[in-house]
Amino acid sequence: MAEDTTAYAHPERLVTTKWLAERIAAGDTGPGKGIVIVESDEDVLLYDTGHLPTSFKLDWHQDLNDPVTRDYVDSEQFARVMTARGIGRDTTVIVYGDKSNWWAAYALWVMTLFGHEDVRLLDGGRSKWIAEGRELTRDVPEVTPATGEAAYPVVERDDTPIRAFKDDVLAHLGKPLVDVRSPGEFTGELLHMPDYPQEGAVRGGHIPGAKSVPWARAANDDGTFKSRPELEAIYLEEQGLSPDDDVVAYCRIGERSSHTWFVLTHLLGFPTVRNYDGSWTEWGNAVRVPIER
Amino acid sequence: MPESLAEIAADFREATPSERLQLLLEFSDELPELPQRYADAPEQLEQVHECQSPLFLAVEVDRQPGVDTADQRVDIFFSAPPEAPTTRGFAGILHEGLSGRTVAEVLGTADEAPMQFGLAEAVSPLRLRGMVAMLSRIKRQTALKSAVPGP
Repeated sequence: MAEDTTAYAHPERLVTTKWLAERIAAGDTGPGKGIVIVESDEDVLLYDTGHLPTSFKLDWHQDLNDPVTRDYVDSEQFARVMTARGIGRDTTVIVYGDKSNWWAAYALWVMTLFGHEDVRLLDGGRSKWIAEGRELTRDVPEVTPATGEAAYPVVERDDTPIRAFKDDVLAHLGKPLVDVRSPGEFTGELLHMPDYPQEGAVRGGHIPGAKSVPWARAANDDGTFKSRPELEAIYLEEQGLSPDDDVVAYCRIGERSSHTWFVLTHLLGFPTVRNYDGSWTEWGNAVRVPIER
Repeated sequence: MPESLAEIAADFREATPSERLQLLLEFSDELPELPQRYADAPEQLEQVHECQSPLFLAVEVDRQPGVDTADQRVDIFFSAPPEAPTTRGFAGILHEGLSGRTVAEVLGTADEAPMQFGLAEAVSPLRLRGMVAMLSRIKRQTALKSAVPGP
C-alpha cells in the first residue's frame, strides 16, 4: 500500500494489517462488537484452514448469491446472513480474502448494494496477513443471533447507483466502459478466463468501446493496492478516464470488476461507477448484442 | 462406484452441509504428499485445467504377472497447494476412494459419482466441476495405461 493512505479519495475504506491486529488484540472485534471481520475467498474452505481471530466466513456463492435465480440474496436473507455474524447496521465491517482481495471486493460491493454504510477492505488481504506471520485460528466465534430491534434490519436493496444490467449497458454504449479481464479474453482469443474453462461464453470479444485494463494492474505483488499517483497514471493518464465520467466496469461474472469498481470509486473518488455483474457470461451468450473484437 | 468410494459418499450424505465442509477439510488435510519420484519430475504429472486452482495428478497401473488387466491395481497421486483446500479435498476423496482399487473398479466408476456426495449444496455446483474433471482424467489415464501391452 502507498505509504500515505490519506492520499486516496476515501482513505477510510482501507485498513492496514497492523491497525487490524491492534484492534483484535484490544478486543474490539467480534460478534456484537463495533468491528466485525469477515473473510471472503474464492476457495470456500480456505477460511476453515485458518483465519483471522474473531473473523467469520462470508462466502460469495453460498451466502451472497440467490441459490436459484442469477441474482444476489434478497433483503430478508441478507439480514439473516449479517445477524448470524453478529453484524448490526452500524457495525464497521472489515472484509479480507485471497487473490488480492478480489472476492473481498465483491463482498464489499454486494454489502454496498444493501447500503451498509461502514464496510472496508483489509489492504493486502489474507496473503499479506500470512506473509507477516500474523496469528491465524480455526476457532469460529460463537454468536447468539440478535433479535428484534438489535437484529440486522430488513433493508431495501438499491441496485441503481452501483449495478448495471444488460439493458443499462446497451443504453450506455458510447460512454466509458472498462473491461478488466485478461488480454486474451478481451481480444476474443479466449472464450473463458485462463484456468477457468468451465465459465465460458459462446462468443468472444468485448463490449464495443471498452478499454482493456486488467484488474490486477491496480494491485501490487503483495496484494495491496497501488498508490494513488500510480492508479491515476493508469486510469486517468493512460486510459483517459476522468472522475466526472459515468463508468461501467465488467469482467466475467462481476467479481474481478468489483475490485476495479472499488479502485475507481473509493481510491480515485469517481462518483458514478457501476459494476455490470452479468458481465461476459451474459453478454457473450446474449443474442444480437454488439460485440467488438 | 467402488465400495470404498461409496462409503465416503454415504458419510458425506449423512452429514449436514456444514459438517460436509469439515469432512472435506479433513480429506484436504490428509491428502498424501507426492512421492519423491513425482516431486522430482513434475512433467510426468497431468494438470487438471478444469480446477480453479493448480491441480496435478498421475496414475500408475500395476503389471502383476498372471493377473488380468481388469484386476491390476491402480495407484493415483495428486499435487495441489495448501491454499486450495477445496481442490485438495476433492483429490483426497478420490485418493481414498479409488487409489489402490482395480482397473475395473476405477473404469466402472460412474462419471457423475462426484454428484453423490451432497457437495453441490455445500460448495456450489460450479466448484464441483473440478472434481468431475479429475475423475474423468483419472479414468482416461487408467484406460490408456492398462491398454498398453505388458512386457
